[in-house]
Amino acid sequence: MSRIVGIDLGTTNSLVAFMDQEGPHVIPGPDGQTTVPSIVGLTDNGLIVGDPAKAHLMRDPSRTIYSVKRFMGKGLDDVKDELKYFPYHLHEKNGVIRIEVGGKTYSPPQVSAMILKELKRRAEEYLKEDVSKAVITVPAYFNDSQRQATKDAGMIAGLEVLRIINEPTAASLAYGLQKKTQGLIAIYDLGGGTFDLSILKLKDGIFEVLSTNGDSHLGGDDFDQRLVDVMVDDILQTQGVKVGGDPELMQALRLEAEQVKVRLSDETQTKAEIEIPNGTYEKVWTRESMETLVMDLVERTLAPCRHALKDAGLTVSQIDEVVLVGGSTRMPLVWRKVEELFGKKPHSELNPDEVVALGAAVQADILGGHTKDLLLLDVTPLSLGIETMGGVMSALIRRNTTIPTSAKEMFTTYVDGQTSVDIHILQGERELVKDNRSLARFQLKLPPLPAGVPRVEVNFLIDANGILHVTARDIRTGDAQSVQVKPSHGLTDDEVEGMIRDSFQFAAEDIKARQIIEARNEANAIIVATEKALVRATNLINDKEIEGIRRILQQLSEVNEGDDHRVIRTKIAEVEKVTHHLAEVLMDATLKEALESKKLSDVIK
Amino acid sequence: MVYLPMPEASEAEIMDHRHQATTTSRELPMARSMCWHCQSEVTGEYLCGQCVKVQPLSKDLDYFACFQLPRLLNIDEQELEKTFYELSRTFHPDFYSTKDESEKAISLGNSAFLNAAYRTLQDPIQRAEYLIRLEAGAVKDIRSNPPADLFEEVLDLQENLETFRQLAPNGASSDLEALREKLQDKRERLEKRQAKMEESLQSKFKEWDQLQERTLLPGEAREEKNTVLRGMQEILSNRTYVRNMVNDLLETTG
Repeated sequence: MSRIVGIDLGTTNSLVAFMDQEGPHVIPGPDGQTTVPSIVGLTDNGLIVGDPAKAHLMRDPSRTIYSVKRFMGKGLDDVKDELKYFPYHLHEKNGVIRIEVGGKTYSPPQVSAMILKELKRRAEEYLKEDVSKAVITVPAYFNDSQRQATKDAGMIAGLEVLRIINEPTAASLAYGLQKKTQGLIAIYDLGGGTFDLSILKLKDGIFEVLSTNGDSHLGGDDFDQRLVDVMVDDILQTQGVKVGGDPELMQALRLEAEQVKVRLSDETQTKAEIEIPNGTYEKVWTRESMETLVMDLVERTLAPCRHALKDAGLTVSQIDEVVLVGGSTRMPLVWRKVEELFGKKPHSELNPDEVVALGAAVQADILGGHTKDLLLLDVTPLSLGIETMGGVMSALIRRNTTIPTSAKEMFTTYVDGQTSVDIHILQGERELVKDNRSLARFQLKLPPLPAGVPRVEVNFLIDANGILHVTARDIRTGDAQSVQVKPSHGLTDDEVEGMIRDSFQFAAEDIKARQIIEARNEANAIIVATEKALVRATNLINDKEIEGIRRILQQLSEVNEGDDHRVIRTKIAEVEKVTHHLAEVLMDATLKEALESKKLSDVIK
Repeated sequence: MVYLPMPEASEAEIMDHRHQATTTSRELPMARSMCWHCQSEVTGEYLCGQCVKVQPLSKDLDYFACFQLPRLLNIDEQELEKTFYELSRTFHPDFYSTKDESEKAISLGNSAFLNAAYRTLQDPIQRAEYLIRLEAGAVKDIRSNPPADLFEEVLDLQENLETFRQLAPNGASSDLEALREKLQDKRERLEKRQAKMEESLQSKFKEWDQLQERTLLPGEAREEKNTVLRGMQEILSNRTYVRNMVNDLLETTG
């Protein structure tokens, strides 16, 4: 059976990991970096993903998509407050957000699929085999639509998603495996865009989630935004420059704010520096000034912690260990607040950026049938119910119920000959329908009989992925009924299929974009190496040759700005030809040096 | 708006439509005596002895039988957890990811049932409510309205809470503080009352267990048992009213 990889599909960064006999490992890229920025750029030559797209973000912000996870499984109404922060245009179709970039329209799962494809490719290159199956992590507090959207993204990327697993639970797997922890642990997971708190009981290889709570719209991005808002005002006041009208400047400022935040985790003071149209803007940030600015955001994480404890029927003193996960937990303020709440020093021995991906790899290994002694028992984060008379939600499955779980409900008719009942499925903790999340609607068909006679039993099943399945059965006849569930904020099966087809077309464009990036990187490496060699060889070759090499290097730099990888490749070949003699001379010199300084036997060996 | 808190439908009620479950066997009864896959005989095991395929749990299985427990109300929670973990290791879909669709579906169904069973039996109140329904035949005539004194208290409390909610947005005032104190005092008294109810429930549980342990046949001492069950049911529904009032008070006055 082919290997199953574990993927952490994050708001700001994504990672892919696998497990072998020694344990879980994160797969690095060619540059040794384990994280892939969750950014997709649309260039004239196709799509670019990750670090190249991050660079693209400053050059061409309106065609670069970041933080797409915030839009997964959402409608436009859900994100209207933050629309002004995004440089790209959004609209809604069939309850699903669509992102418009460069004259094309993408759904959030399509954009996520581009990131997943990059991770798939990275894993295939590293493992030297095809990768077609994956476990993908989601925030524990993700609702059904958000989970389904993540699964759709996997399908569009050509991955069979064997399991959607909650991020804090994944972290607990990696952590529990490594540290052999037992007892009650709280996982505090503050990522780029989401916050989760999960409480687990670890005992004899069973990881039982007792409760989970969170905020699927709170994370490091929000901290950055606070810093940006202050600097935007400041730039207007002191320099008279409106950042708002300049998307490139706004993105530069956003990235600088992120850097300031990161630096302030190690330093107590740092300077933000940014080029603006009439010079350079500088601002000194102290850790204290930043902490004051984001204090309320960090404090917003504390209420979910208390709720989760209450739901688990525990008090803080009963928690044996608190584990920090997610890049944002590097902030000293977060440490202090968590320590204050739980009354104990939190743990963060494992890299908070990697621990979720490592856990996903462990879960992948369990599903692959290799790890047999560990078992994760997770819960559904939100109550599931249906709309009843008067716009009230009637809960069928309570939050924090261990999954898989099911609930049955009997439906009948109110008038003679009635042939259908409309059923509206909801998720949330509030009393009224309008305050909860609409998941889906479906129409239940009933036989035309006197009122109250038909009896149709509907079974709501939440599977181990936290995803809902609905089936119906006519009790009188025992026949199963087909149920066409229409998601309120999700893609239909047809749409997903269409997107899978499209993704093949994108693939061709992606290859073109990749070829350019690879050619450019190679050209840059050659330019740097040749220049170094020229310095060393000043006295070994004549000026005319040096001049010739410099000229061709200059030409390479020029074509490297262009968009045709073939032109760059041709020029690279020319450079190699022209520098052939230089390379030989240097080789001889090196050999000579070696002979002079060492004994012959050393050199030959 | 005045509304009456209604007793919540317990999850067990929603989950379980097998009210006529009759099994008392310590053996785990399976849906078929024949393996669905290889047709060889399966005897009280989760997995077929021949082809090792997982077997669907019997439609008649009740939660106690699923955990191979007698129908007693005081149970060893450590043992319960241990069995839950063991059965989870047998049924959980994680271990069937590479199996065929039929096995996957059985594992999913069994797991969902097991989880519901554990959730119900884990909590003493839900456990008792479930047991009453299992033994339901005899205890149908139980009154589901609260006794008059409780009913009046509910109405009185709703009125006070409504006044409090109207005053609260106007900021601190002596009226508001006086009312808050009154309501907090009320809450403390209700909490004591709830604790008392739970004590008497506990003694009913003991009574039931003793009756169960000295009788061997399901029909034996039926009248005595039904009396205990009725007593339990009454305390349980009154307790629900009291608890809902306490929760309302906690939510409104903090």
